[in-house]
Amino acid sequence: MLLILLLVIPLVTGLASFAFRKTPAVKTWALIGALATLVVAALSFCGIKESIPEANYNWLPSLGANFSLQGSVMALLMTLLTAIVFPLVFIAQWNKDIEQPSRFYGLMLLAQSGLMGVFLANDLLLFYFFWELALIPVYFLAGQWGGKDRIKTSFKFFVYTFLGSLLMLAGLIYLYIQTPNGSFDYNTILATGASLPIASQGTLFILFFIAFGIKMPIFPLHSWQASAYEQTLTPVTIVLSALMVKMGLFGVMKWLYPVFPHVDEQFYNIIMILALIGILYGSLLAIVQTDIKRLVAYSSLAHVGLMIMGIFAQTENATNGVITQMFNHGITITGLWLVVDMIERRYQTRDLASLGGLAGAAPKMTIALVVITFSSIALPLTNGFVGEFLLFLGIFESTNPNHITFMVLAGLGIILGAIYMLNMVQKVAYGEQKSLVIADMSLNEKISIYIILIVIVVLGVYPNLLLQVL
Amino acid sequence: MTQLVYLIPLFPLIGFLLNGLFWKSMPKKLAGIIGSVAILASFCVALGIFFEVKSGGVPDKGIVHIFNFISVGKFSVPFAFLVDQLSAMFLLIITGIGFLIHLYSTAYMHDDAGYTKYFAYLNLFVFFMLLLVLGANYVVMFIGWEGVGLASYLLIGFWYKNKEYTNASKKAFIMNRIGDLGFLVGLMLTIYNFGTASYHEFFGQLSGGIGTMTDTGYMIGTGMTNAIAICFFIGAMGKSAQIPLYTWLPDAMAGPTPVSALIHAATMVTAGIYMIARSNALFNLAPMAQNMIAIIGLATVLLAASIAIKQNDIKKVLAYSTVSQLGYMFLALGVGAYVGSLFHVMTHAFFKALLFLGSGSVIHAMSGEQDMRKMGGLGKHMPITKFTFLIGCLAIAGLPGFSGFFSKDEILAAAYAKNPMYYYFALLGALMTAYYMFRAYFYTFSGSFRGTEAQKHHLHESPAAMTIPLIILAVLSVIGGYVGLPEVIGEHLNVGHLLNEYLSPVVQNFDVHHLSHSTEWTLMAVATALIVIMIIIAKAVTKKEQFKEATGLAKVLENKWYIDEVYDFLIVKPMAWIAKILNNVIELKGIDAGVNGVGQLVQWGSTRLKNLQSGQVGSYLFAMVIGIIIIFAIGIFGLFYA
Repeated sequence: MLLILLLVIPLVTGLASFAFRKTPAVKTWALIGALATLVVAALSFCGIKESIPEANYNWLPSLGANFSLQGSVMALLMTLLTAIVFPLVFIAQWNKDIEQPSRFYGLMLLAQSGLMGVFLANDLLLFYFFWELALIPVYFLAGQWGGKDRIKTSFKFFVYTFLGSLLMLAGLIYLYIQTPNGSFDYNTILATGASLPIASQGTLFILFFIAFGIKMPIFPLHSWQASAYEQTLTPVTIVLSALMVKMGLFGVMKWLYPVFPHVDEQFYNIIMILALIGILYGSLLAIVQTDIKRLVAYSSLAHVGLMIMGIFAQTENATNGVITQMFNHGITITGLWLVVDMIERRYQTRDLASLGGLAGAAPKMTIALVVITFSSIALPLTNGFVGEFLLFLGIFESTNPNHITFMVLAGLGIILGAIYMLNMVQKVAYGEQKSLVIADMSLNEKISIYIILIVIVVLGVYPNLLLQVL
Repeated sequence: MTQLVYLIPLFPLIGFLLNGLFWKSMPKKLAGIIGSVAILASFCVALGIFFEVKSGGVPDKGIVHIFNFISVGKFSVPFAFLVDQLSAMFLLIITGIGFLIHLYSTAYMHDDAGYTKYFAYLNLFVFFMLLLVLGANYVVMFIGWEGVGLASYLLIGFWYKNKEYTNASKKAFIMNRIGDLGFLVGLMLTIYNFGTASYHEFFGQLSGGIGTMTDTGYMIGTGMTNAIAICFFIGAMGKSAQIPLYTWLPDAMAGPTPVSALIHAATMVTAGIYMIARSNALFNLAPMAQNMIAIIGLATVLLAASIAIKQNDIKKVLAYSTVSQLGYMFLALGVGAYVGSLFHVMTHAFFKALLFLGSGSVIHAMSGEQDMRKMGGLGKHMPITKFTFLIGCLAIAGLPGFSGFFSKDEILAAAYAKNPMYYYFALLGALMTAYYMFRAYFYTFSGSFRGTEAQKHHLHESPAAMTIPLIILAVLSVIGGYVGLPEVIGEHLNVGHLLNEYLSPVVQNFDVHHLSHSTEWTLMAVATALIVIMIIIAKAVTKKEQFKEATGLAKVLENKWYIDEVYDFLIVKPMAWIAKILNNVIELKGIDAGVNGVGQLVQWGSTRLKNLQSGQVGSYLFAMVIGIIIIFAIGIFGLFYA
């Protein structure tokens, strides 16, 4: 029941949002909806230790597709993250004027509903359905609101997404045809996938992987990312980078890796190498960016690269590291985008060379920036540490013949990460105050940011709070 | 008492939280009191624990479990503390000297706008440093290890408006991160091969020696032990400023001077020595790593001392001196003289903190001036500073009777026993030390004043909050050496090497040959005579040296062997260049242009669908639906085809 609510509340509140005419009303409505979802997500997450919740309804019986949901630990953790991120964003952006707010908030909530479905679906067709349901609103959000190049950017995003969906759909249909009784049910899909000839598994693996790889994104499928992050409004950027990235990772962990278990190990090796290139490439590119949003975008490429490596390291520690890091990365990067947005709105620029002196003008915001920065570079006692530690350990323990080289090269990311993040802090926060009219955080911004800081520290000092459910 | 060990880091943490959270409303006076009292309270608990450890009354092998830090799957790391002789010794140094420096800071930082912030950061540093030495496993050590890096970063860049300072803080953190990666890889190797990060379990498995099996079924070989040991040592290179990762430390002098005294001289930079001494069971099985440590330590001694000879900034002299003295400690670790190394950690903490605080007192009097060329004759105006600074110089130079003499003598003797060449180079370093320290002393306190009239008018002795710590540290710099009397002296007085006896349950010297008494007396006498000669030379040189443009070797030394420039040329510039190429050529012209090309193609093909880019919901959805139908068609066609 709770699982259904996780889908229905955002869907209904989202659709209803379109009907609102007054800005404060739609903002309040959207926030109430998001908070209600959060309550449900928290409740379902709390019950996780007793049993894995499931729900089954008839959907398209003629096709063998059921409306079946399953709240595994990883799924509920991701729904919890999704449920946390939306209200934080709504609160932090409370004072920001957005054109056509009813449409904006409606689409946002629809995307949330889609995301929930992606994480909960236990039926391949249903998964695909939600995958598209999550993407379409985001595509509109990226196209209608944002920077001046948003049309071009969203089109690029669309092309990529479309390509991915296309390949996944092809793979999905092929897989469906192979099932003995024509079913999209997860267990049937698992059995069917494993029974296919190795060559077919390989082909399907590639089809699905490209679809998921675009979302993560993995090098070299990432070129939509930096410009999309740069051009979209911050709430959309956050949906893209804190949540949609997780769709790709989640997809691999639930619908790719277990479904095609017998593919050539060489595939894993190649993916790990691509992910490793992503870490180093993303980090190096982040160093030379002059726009903060692009800097954060490339840092995300690096962070996700490590998680991808963790998935294909195939060890218990790495898998636990991926799940932990998926959650913590979502929290941290949400905080980072919110602070970046506050800075941009105050300085009216994102150009690092034109920023500076935030520490003198807005000390609270600076503290937030610094804490989030150190969480992002995985300082111990912040939430960023444990996931990364388990990932490194898991990669190190991998049976991949290159495991030590992989870990050490991926470890270069922690050095490069310190370089670009501290460069950013220096350019934004330190130096002489450039403008006297920089206001510190407003009340609504404080609420969001302080919640994020508390999560960063609590999960950093006592990570077992999260780890014990794994 | 041992069960109360958690109080030791807790007090500074509370101090940090109080000053950190209420920085806006905190009265200035109270901030200093909270900061200092927190450390004093920790010191008191540490004293109690020290005596309990000394009497041998520590329960449960000294392990105090706080909570489960990581516990997932088969992997688990407790947040646990280890109370033993080694950690108790460091607790006393950190909280003892830490308190004196907090006290000193209440006066030194008095006029600074960031007073409350300063004490918050300083308490935060002490908190992490205490975690570092208290951890019962390498993960807790790593938490402290990175945490002190954070505190150091915050304090070096304390005056954040100055770009040079924030550059220095960034450099310190990044260079430390290079070392941290080494530590992390070593830690992974340890967990992978031994299945644990806990000291007791790890050292227990090592106790069988080379050729025995670990709990996870790997055979312990020298390849494995050397690899882990070298990785750990790379971590130590970063934190303890050894070649090639030392260049951040001199730059770290950008921070307030008490910070330099506490973090960049007395405590944090000795973390690497603590780590290796703690892991002595590992290093004793890693001969290659030991040789590497000895050689790098010795090279650092000489390189840093040679640079210190030609520095004109009083804090830079002390910074390079610190690097050089840390080199001695590594030399001692490398030759297996763990106790000698720890002995030097202790005495160095006393006299180097003293020297830094003394320089701070001078800088305070000179209104911020650090250039010794503008000082001179300050002794008349600040007698306490002068006298205590002199004691510090005598101690670091190693004059008999002062603490530095005993610890340095122990290291030199162990080096001689291992390899006489080590001894000669180490002695050369000691001579340079005596020279550059007394050069600094005479420049600062003797002769006539070379600064401006305004500065001259302002000259004064520092207030009691600053001179009292100086006096206490001066006393310790004299008597601190008597806990480690060399055998040749101790046997006449019927006193053993107290520190050695105290530390023997956890740290034992490895493979250190004893010298005959006559050799040892000779070494001592030669060293002492040469050191006295160096002091006389320093006196003569400072009397007549003109401050003219340096040339030749002097210029190279003044410019620190151009190491920063070399790093810039070899690493920083190429990396930036590669990153730019990747960005401009591969990313923007390669991948992105390729994708845009595909995009334009699609766009061109879809113009018939009326302004695909118009932002019209309808046309987008239409495109989407058409697309999906096409895919279905292709998919089904493919199936028939198959």
